[in-house]
Amino acid sequence: MTGASRAEVCIVACAEAWRGDGEILASGMGLIPRLGAELARRTFAPDLVLSDGEAELVGDDGAEGWLPYRAVFGIVAAGRRHVMMGASQLDRHGNQNISCIGSWAQPTTQLLGVRGAPGNTINHPTSYWVPRHSRRVFVDRVDLICGIGYDRAAVLGSPGNRFHEIRVVVTDLAVLDFQSADRGMRLRSVHPGVSVDEVVAATGFPLHLPDELPETRTPSDREQRLIRDQLDPAGLRDRELGR
Amino acid sequence: MADKVMSIAEVVGELRSGMTVGIGGWGSRRKPMALVRAIARSALTDLTVVSYGGPDVGLLVAAGRVRRVVTGFVSLDSIALEPHFRRARQLGAIELTELDEGMLHWGLLAAARRLPYLPIRAGLGSDVLRVNPELRTVRSPYSDGEELVAMPALTLDVAFVHLNRADRQGNGQYLGPDPYFDDLFCLAAARSFISCERLVDPAELRVGGPAQSLLISRMMVNGVIETPHGAHFTSCVPDYDRDEAFQREYAKSAASPQAWSRFRARYLDGDEAHYQRAVS
Repeated sequence: MTGASRAEVCIVACAEAWRGDGEILASGMGLIPRLGAELARRTFAPDLVLSDGEAELVGDDGAEGWLPYRAVFGIVAAGRRHVMMGASQLDRHGNQNISCIGSWAQPTTQLLGVRGAPGNTINHPTSYWVPRHSRRVFVDRVDLICGIGYDRAAVLGSPGNRFHEIRVVVTDLAVLDFQSADRGMRLRSVHPGVSVDEVVAATGFPLHLPDELPETRTPSDREQRLIRDQLDPAGLRDRELGR
Repeated sequence: MADKVMSIAEVVGELRSGMTVGIGGWGSRRKPMALVRAIARSALTDLTVVSYGGPDVGLLVAAGRVRRVVTGFVSLDSIALEPHFRRARQLGAIELTELDEGMLHWGLLAAARRLPYLPIRAGLGSDVLRVNPELRTVRSPYSDGEELVAMPALTLDVAFVHLNRADRQGNGQYLGPDPYFDDLFCLAAARSFISCERLVDPAELRVGGPAQSLLISRMMVNGVIETPHGAHFTSCVPDYDRDEAFQREYAKSAASPQAWSRFRARYLDGDEAHYQRAVS
């Protein structure tokens, strides 16, 4: 099938984050990661467990379990989870900020607060979704470290950092990861129609650039039909992207 | 058994400036807003509010009742950022103890179990430890030697939670999908007060839901207040959903001091009965 939209490429890239995770809670914060988790479960990762965002776990035929907030924190501590969160700021080590911009004592912009980011990143795999890849998000230093990156995890050392993993960062332009010698952020693939220069220009720190850079894969016919006909028939996905 | 039914005014009369107050619910869900509104109208000052924060925090901050907020977030759910909290933070008008959501849970657990702290992995390596310099780590005394955050007990002077049903002795029942942390708030506090949509006989509690819906036991409770529609404008399912239109009006009241004054005069300056007439 041709004509995959950028949002559909992003949904597939988010889905790929959970490939191979098995029977764990796949938590997507925001529409595109949620659609990605649902797509993964309906195709190549059927064992994934999904929440309705309230207190129920939802399978194909409705509720399959109960997961109130207190139990979510139990699952986080048990490590049976891979979350994809948002990020107001991210640095090259994968440190994430969602709390505030400016000084913490008196921020110029108060955002969400640290929420569960410290506990998520120290307990189980974490990925990020950035709907507008820009130098405002990809910064040299984040103003408050909520989700911890690889430099902070290295300082902690073993055994404290043994559950820490930042899997991927999916943006509207590209997929990035930390599979580099120094665990600095690496460009993994660019979405169809995006140039490497475009990604580099929108990133406020030097990226590792592999010699051979693939394009992010496009949806299969089945994936595209699932997205368009079942997961998001109203087409809300296109409104989520930054440009 | 003691009849613990009280009025809103009697509950607020038990409070003193400077107290640490825990508020149940989550975000803009099942918040004891009738009690929050009464505290907002009071002359109390310098409260420390411990909460999975929503409009409870925003309203008390806007009313000038709060010195410090202890939380992992303050959100209206369908409106991601609580505008009154946001404004106060950007003005430097309140103090903040910013914790990971799981740390807040552990702090309430420690207080409820009368432990000085509980070890938790959350917070390690993050700036939560930088902005809360009083937090300490602890090393496991066993062979693993792992270093963990020693999350201190969040001991409360008073807790307020809102339930769907309660009896006059203080047994409380939630009928929605999530108990949140309401039982922990009650056990973490020296004195706990539950408001409810409807006071019922114990027999009606028993038929109203399964035994596990009886989240709050009377041994955790010092006072019960019947406040119909008392969680408005937060959700209190299945009795009612969040009033999204009113929540938007509330959010707009943070735009300027004039907007807040108008909101306050229209909805908050009278008593709870006045509020309920104004929003009906």
